[in-house]
Amino acid sequence: MKYLDEYRDPVLARKLIAEIHRVTTRPWTLMEVCGGQTHTIVKQGIDEALPAGVRMIHGPGCPVCVTPLEQVDKALAIAARPDVIFTSYGDMLRVPGSTTDLLALKARGADVRIVYSPLDALKIALANPDRQVVFFAVGFETTAPANAMAVAEAARRGIDNFSVLVSHVLVPPAMTALLDSPSNRVQAFLAAGHVCAVMGWTEYEPIAATYRVPIVVTGFEPLDLLEGILMAIRQLEEGRAEVENQYVRAVKREGVPLAQRQIFEVFEVGERKWRGVGAIPGSGYRLREAYARFDAERKFDVGEIRTNEHPACIAGAILTGEKLPLDCTAYGTICTPQKPLGAPMVSSEGTCAAFYAAGRGLGATRTPAPVVPLVQVAPIPAGEARP
Amino acid sequence: MCLGIPGKVIEIRDDAGLPMGRVDFGGVRKEACLAYLPEVQVGDYVIIHVGFAISQVDEEEALKTLEILATMGDLVRGELATMGPGMDEPAVLSDDGGPAEGAFAAPRAPAEPGAAPGTRA
Repeated sequence: MKYLDEYRDPVLARKLIAEIHRVTTRPWTLMEVCGGQTHTIVKQGIDEALPAGVRMIHGPGCPVCVTPLEQVDKALAIAARPDVIFTSYGDMLRVPGSTTDLLALKARGADVRIVYSPLDALKIALANPDRQVVFFAVGFETTAPANAMAVAEAARRGIDNFSVLVSHVLVPPAMTALLDSPSNRVQAFLAAGHVCAVMGWTEYEPIAATYRVPIVVTGFEPLDLLEGILMAIRQLEEGRAEVENQYVRAVKREGVPLAQRQIFEVFEVGERKWRGVGAIPGSGYRLREAYARFDAERKFDVGEIRTNEHPACIAGAILTGEKLPLDCTAYGTICTPQKPLGAPMVSSEGTCAAFYAAGRGLGATRTPAPVVPLVQVAPIPAGEARP
Repeated sequence: MCLGIPGKVIEIRDDAGLPMGRVDFGGVRKEACLAYLPEVQVGDYVIIHVGFAISQVDEEEALKTLEILATMGDLVRGELATMGPGMDEPAVLSDDGGPAEGAFAAPRAPAEPGAAPGTRA
């Protein structure tokens, strides 16, 4: 496909890697913010091709992973109501709540539907005027224009049986929260290309200046990531701390102004909890008072929510980059994409799922040990060994 | 969910007051809302995210990026001739400037008999 395949050229990738090796004189620690970038980096083995000493820390940019357990439990409580059609992006369906998940609820008869776009949820509301249609409005700044448009359209067209359960998070406050942490090791960021496509990068300029940290707006293809890493390392080597744009073909400094206007027409900035991380001030969107009638949390009384995370899951440390999936005793043993304990194993953008899909650290459990077993067991066919 | 995909706008129409389009992703066609990019024309490339065009792909910039990347190899070769490997853990490079080991390494050709280890062709 155009604008994808060209950015996966292995010959160019090797040239970029060589250049990264050439400019690197010291160890550096970089963080890619977005889970989509994590997926490409781990799948392509980009982190393993970097010079020894250059570390990639995988950031918190997986919307599915950071949606707080309270919101997942609220979604489950609302979806269980017989008068409700609950709609959601597909990745949210298998995120474990305290007791169950949306997919299990659906299997038990709840009307839970996957939509590709929030406008599809709006269509369902129009087609079912006697039912309440709720959309799980999660995501970063990238999904905000779509989710805001759905609410604005519902208001404009008087679709009163539509509402949204909002759990919107923002990238810049998460970056400053990481930088403020005493255990922070991140020296440069690859900012999420599509978040910046919408919002531009002016918000990142004060962060780069205040914390003296290079920030490179980066795309999602292997060549984009390698060039982003190269640009960040060049800044570090030269002692610069600026916002640079690698993803020139898709991102402008001002972003998409019409999308921003729509977001702030519908949403306002407020405190948000991040799953595994905790509350970060000013780190999310909530509906403005003028759109309160589309707020599912006000429409439906879900009672008191008591959350209960699985004790073995170290999702918080994974999301902040303090630990890798390989540091987790549950990873690949009692926690797999088929039976996830925590959200980072659910979404394809989650660090644990990305590691699992690439087969990282699964060797011991996946390939037979090179010893003669006492009992001969038929080898697992290659097709079945991997999910 | 956060993945945006570039596609070509093949049709633009009005749907109850919203500008919508059909977008082609290498053969797969999907509906997308074009409300945020009113200047987009049929034939333009846009990045679609959860059914919304969030960015128009700048063709000129896209080509420029690829050109810069394509010339990089020559720069690397020229530079390598003048300097030794960079850091405490030296980069292991093969003859075409790429890494000799790891995921991006080229398949290794058998060493020529008689060539001293570490020498370059």
